[in-house]
Amino acid sequence: MLRIDRLAKRFGGYQALAGVDLAVEPGSVHAVIGPNGAGKTTLFNVITGILAPTAGAVSLEGRDITGWRADRVTRAGIARTFQQVRLFRGMSALENVMVGRHARTRGGFGAALIRPPFRERGEEAETRRRARELLERVGLAARAGTSGGDLTLVEQRRLEVARALASDPRLLLLDEPAGGMTPVEVEDLNQLIRKICETGVTVLLVEHHMRLVMRVSDAVTVLDAGRVIASGSPDTVRRDPRVIAAYLGRDA
Amino acid sequence: MLDSYGESVLIFLGINMVLALSLYLPMSAGQLSLGHGGFMAIGAYVTVICTTWLGWPLVAGLAGGGLAAALAGAVVGFPALRIKGIYLIILTMGFGEIVRIFFLNFEPTGGASGLGGIKHLTTLPLVMGAAALMLLCLMRFRGARIGRALRAVQEDEVAAEAMGVNLTRVKVAAFALGALGAGIGGGLYAHQALFIEPAQFGFFRSAEIFLIVVLGGVGTYWGPVAGAAVVTLLPELLRFVQDWRMTVFGSLLVLCAVLRPAGLLSGRRPAA
Repeated sequence: MLRIDRLAKRFGGYQALAGVDLAVEPGSVHAVIGPNGAGKTTLFNVITGILAPTAGAVSLEGRDITGWRADRVTRAGIARTFQQVRLFRGMSALENVMVGRHARTRGGFGAALIRPPFRERGEEAETRRRARELLERVGLAARAGTSGGDLTLVEQRRLEVARALASDPRLLLLDEPAGGMTPVEVEDLNQLIRKICETGVTVLLVEHHMRLVMRVSDAVTVLDAGRVIASGSPDTVRRDPRVIAAYLGRDA
Repeated sequence: MLDSYGESVLIFLGINMVLALSLYLPMSAGQLSLGHGGFMAIGAYVTVICTTWLGWPLVAGLAGGGLAAALAGAVVGFPALRIKGIYLIILTMGFGEIVRIFFLNFEPTGGASGLGGIKHLTTLPLVMGAAALMLLCLMRFRGARIGRALRAVQEDEVAAEAMGVNLTRVKVAAFALGALGAGIGGGLYAHQALFIEPAQFGFFRSAEIFLIVVLGGVGTYWGPVAGAAVVTLLPELLRFVQDWRMTVFGSLLVLCAVLRPAGLLSGRRPAA
């Protein structure tokens, strides 16, 4: 599905990623964990084209997408959410998801002028229908008209998931989706991620919430200081002494 | 019904509406510009060349002037891609000055002594029609895919790009379309003022157009319309205070800024 080979990213004198290898199996939920500053978010930013790598390669389903611009990566089939929520705060929840359809729809200034007045047809109506469907799926149907900025943090995180799914991704990247959630909300998120996976979307997530990671993931990769220190099933990784030393601590 | 004074005031109102609506488009995608006078100048000179020298009808001349300005807009739009806010303002100011100084030294169009002998072809229905047409275009953009993309770019460029929005294409197109409108506004202005010189399209013109949009509010396309009405009509209504006219006008603008910081027509408060 997604292959990452010897990926490196250097910011001046700081080596954020030092040769990361990662393979995500199609149809799986794959978690990337690691202490703060391990390079998890940098990894996401390089995969999605927000940052250009210093060295290494990223390929999606056999297609080399290294260094592609973010909008092309999205069209290639990768969508993401952000750790620091980046919604369009002045737009309604529904409009946010409709923007998410951008990669899969057409029509610029000219199309906007010649579309039939008063009633939405064709693609535009379809965009709205799909957006409503996705809001329903993440449990925000009742909040469709609310501005992105007026939603609670948990709702905002869910809206980001709906917006990302709107681009019909084959790979969904979730950057700390459980941040700021109560245990009950984390459980809902767990269900949502599993449901997304069942629809055939592969999920790669960065997460600090260990209970969620251990329950939801099929595979876990541990990063520390820009390197992969362990990779495998949640159980193997949990018992790996290097992981315990670097990250999980004695309690695990 | 209308005397010629009233008609000319309304024509200038229409021209200001055209200019402000044209600046609104790039501004609604987060691109601030203080160089709109430059696009207006290109439109004015090219339109006059088309109508006066080549004998084209006004509408064809306006199309020529608008397209020339749009071309310049696309050229400026590319370097403007990577910069935002105050830096973009400085870049566009620089562009406006380049255009002004070009026409100042360009002798075929009169240089510093200006270009006269322009026929009075601009009419009230024409300017109001142009303004209405531009308003209609903005309305059509608003609820469509491209309109959502523009707002998304204004709100958060990184997130917009992550949704598949091609920032280069959207931003350059918005900038060029804004320049197109300014060029048409310039052509209409030239055929109303009947005499054009580079000084009319300098920094103060750019600042005035910018002021109209900010005063009206960038949250809705009715903002530039309201802003144009205030900035054009208020000084005329204040004639009774004579020498104090511009002082009172300026004070009222400051009052607006204090009472309606997000513009006259803006439901949304600016982020604290």
